[in-house]
Order: sequence, then C-alpha cells, then structure tokens
Amino acid sequence: MSESRHSPSTQLVVDRPLTAGSRREFLRMLGVGSAIVLMPTMFAACSDATGTSGGTNTAVTLDLSTDFGVLNYAYALEQLEAAFYEEALKHIISGCTQAELHALLQIGQHEITHREFLKAALGSNAIPTLKVDFSSLDLTRRDVVFQTAKMFEDTGVAAYNGAGKLIHTPAYLVLAGKIVSVEARHAATIRDILNPKSMDFAGDDVVDANGLDQAFAPAMVLPLVAPFIVTPISA
Amino acid sequence: MTNTTVLGGIDPEITERLVSRREAIRQGASTSSKLAAGLALASVPIAIAALAKDAYAASPLPQDIIDVLNFALTLEYLESTFYNVGVGTSGLIPASDMAVFKQIQKHENAHVAYLLAALGDAAVAKPNFDFTAGGMFADVFSNYATFQAVSQAFEDTGVRAYKGQATNLMSQPDILTAALQIHSVEARHAAEVRRLRGLDGWIIQKIGNLPAAVNAAVYGPGDPASDYPAEDNIVQGGVNLASITNYGTDPLSAAFDEPLDKATVLKIAGPFIVS
Repeated sequence: MSESRHSPSTQLVVDRPLTAGSRREFLRMLGVGSAIVLMPTMFAACSDATGTSGGTNTAVTLDLSTDFGVLNYAYALEQLEAAFYEEALKHIISGCTQAELHALLQIGQHEITHREFLKAALGSNAIPTLKVDFSSLDLTRRDVVFQTAKMFEDTGVAAYNGAGKLIHTPAYLVLAGKIVSVEARHAATIRDILNPKSMDFAGDDVVDANGLDQAFAPAMVLPLVAPFIVTPISA
Repeated sequence: MTNTTVLGGIDPEITERLVSRREAIRQGASTSSKLAAGLALASVPIAIAALAKDAYAASPLPQDIIDVLNFALTLEYLESTFYNVGVGTSGLIPASDMAVFKQIQKHENAHVAYLLAALGDAAVAKPNFDFTAGGMFADVFSNYATFQAVSQAFEDTGVRAYKGQATNLMSQPDILTAALQIHSVEARHAAEVRRLRGLDGWIIQKIGNLPAAVNAAVYGPGDPASDYPAEDNIVQGGVNLASITNYGTDPLSAAFDEPLDKATVLKIAGPFIVS
C-alpha cells in the first residue's frame, strides 16, 4: 500500500524528546515543574509533596440549567483529569514502558489543553481552581496509575455523553463533541495498555448490548470523582 | 422458551414499563419520551426490537430527524457489512487481533439494529457496497494491512460524521444522547485500530498513514471549512490554543476532534457505495 510512503517518523516526532528519558523532561513537556514558567495558570493545580493541591476550599455550586453551569461542570472534570496526570507523571512509575509513559504524557497534555480552553472560554464565569487530593493513590504503581486513568477517562466519556442534552447553545455542543471523542480515544488507549489487543478497549463493561457507550447524569458522576476533590461541589 | 415467556422471563418492573410504554404510545406521547422508554430498556434489546417497529411507526419521527438517523444507518450498514465480511474471511485477520475486530463487528451490527428499531418503516434499504472502492483497495479482504487501513478510515470518518450531526438532534434530547453514545464507541474503535496500525489513538495533525488522497479526505476540512475544519485545527471557539498553552500543534490538534458535514462524509463513503 502506498501508505508506507508516509514516514512513520512524522507521527513519532514527539518521541524525540523522550529519548532523554528523564522525568524532568517529562514534566517540562507537560508544562509542569520549574523549567517553563510561561503559563502561571498551568501550575494552578500542581500538587505539593502530599498530593494535595492548592485551590479553593470554598464550596462550588454548578447551575446545570445554564450553559455556563454545564461548561463549568466540564471544567471541573478537566481540572481533575489534568491534575491527575500532572501528579502521576511526577512519580517514577515502576514497570511503565517508554511507550506507556509517552501515552500518559500526551493524554496529560490533552487534558491540560481542555482545562485551559474551558477556563479561557468561561472567562469571568469560570469556577475557581479546585483543590484535588490524590494522596490515597500509590502513583509509583503502574496498575494504580492506569486503573485510575481508566476510571477518569471512562467517567469523562460518560459525563460528556450525559451532559450533551443539557447544552442549549449549538456551538457549545459541538465543542463538547470535539472533546468527548478524544476522551474516548484516551479511554480506549488506556484500556488497550492494560489489556492489549483484547475486547476491553470498548469492553462490555462500558458498551451495552445496543452498542451504546455510557451516559451518566451529573448526579451520578460527581460521587464517582468526589474522593479526589476536596472542594465541595454541588449541582 | 415459549412465546408467552418472552416477556415473562423479564423482570416484572420492566414488563410493566413495556406495557405502560404501549399505553403512552396509544395516548400520543412524544417521540422523545418513547425513545427514552426504549433507552431505559437497553438491557433487553430483544424487547426493544420486538416493540420498536410498531412503536415508532405509530408516531413518525420528524423528517429532519429521520434524515439524520438514515444517514447514520447508511454508515453503520457500511461498517457492519465490512466487518462481517472481514471477520468471516479466513486467513485475513490474525488470531492475535481477532478479539478486537469481533468486538467492533458486534457493535456495528448492534448500531444497525438499534437504528432500524428507531426508524421502523422509515429506514433506508441497505446499499450494495464495493469495499475495494473501485479498485483503490483491491486487496482489502486478502491483505490485512489494507483491511486495517480501510477500517481506520471508516472509524475516524464515523466519529466525524456523528459529531457533525449532533446539533441537528438537539430537539430530541434522548436521540441526541443515544447518538453521542454511539459516537464515543466509534472513537474507541478508531483509537484501537489506529494503535493496531502503529499510530497513536488520537489524531495528531492529519496523521493517518492512509493513501494520500484518502488521508487528505478523511482528515481534511468539510464544507464550509470555517465550520468543519481539518483535523489539524488548533483554534477552538475563537481561542487559538497556542496562545493559552505552551504546547505545539501536535498535542493541541490531537486534543480536539473535528466534525464533518454530511455531504463531505458521503463524498468519502461514496466510492464504497455501489447503490
């Protein structure tokens, strides 16, 4: 096939910096740590040594009858996801291959991009930075990192799927659609890493007999992520 | 199992819902509430299949919704037929990858059944397909690499197609939700097939490693490009993502998938559809 004319190196260009292999380099690429200080907002959810971030303790209320409320709901979930990858990649994850780290790095970059986009789009309507807490997780363990990532990505997919019908403005629905399929690509990737070339990338635990992925209402999603969010959130 | 136990074997509460759903239909309930009832029964697809036809036919969906669902059905027919032939062709898919394609095959056939149930008599007929696309993929069912490439083209296009229709379904919240639920399954498929082909599961710029013309169409812009940008787009909602992060185009383009309009999707699918 003519596809072979496309050099694989094109797609792997982001692999190059990883040959340095250092954790420091990972953090620099993620925009975490001291190497780059261009974007102060990107450090807002960075954790301290205890795994607990700065961020507000003041309760946040989401009014899901408005588009701002729904977008802030998405922003809350993206804050959590982004903070998780930022935190996980600070650790030496034992038994994690270079390719797996590369996947985590990219997923983390996507989630940070989602977070920063929603923050920018919401402007003065954005909820504050949430306080997160991953101290219950042993992030030096590969299985813990990937199982938690799987939970966050599957939950993210279900949350966006369930929130789509709450959105009133077509342009916002399109934006949510642009994000949710990337979350689904993450979920499939994480699942494939955990159980390669099996049916798990779209397993029967998340896709029903009609071939439908999960769709969760916010009231179902918030309790799932509550163990990792210190800031009280109600909707 | 006898005929009378079709419902008898189901939880009484569900049976009750089925009955009340029939009642609701008789009373002229809205189509969306009917679909909601159908969705509540997601665990009993047989019951849905048995009921859906008369239910939806009794009170037709709005024509614009029917058009969207028939567009989706056409794409699902394309995909399901493709995997039915591929999985059924001995020696094509290596044993190591069979679980993946059987799972995809199962979902695409489920999507066809689901859409048929929703559309009832309004469903379009199944087209005839040419998976060689007029010879471009001549060895699609004898060369696994070609089969994978066509699979990726279908899945990544399917994601863009469903995404492009979302705003047309806003008047029917439950149909919109179901479409989103299919959309993310297609994205899972796309990611897995891309990984089998040595790519990342997400779309970095327009990288797909498909034959040049196909790659350009599958990952390129729709019409108009201002509403349906190519997959390497990094401006979202008027915000240039490069201005709010310190990332390059690779992660910024991969972080967002792009929708496609119906006409552009049909142009991509056209060479595979004979009639």
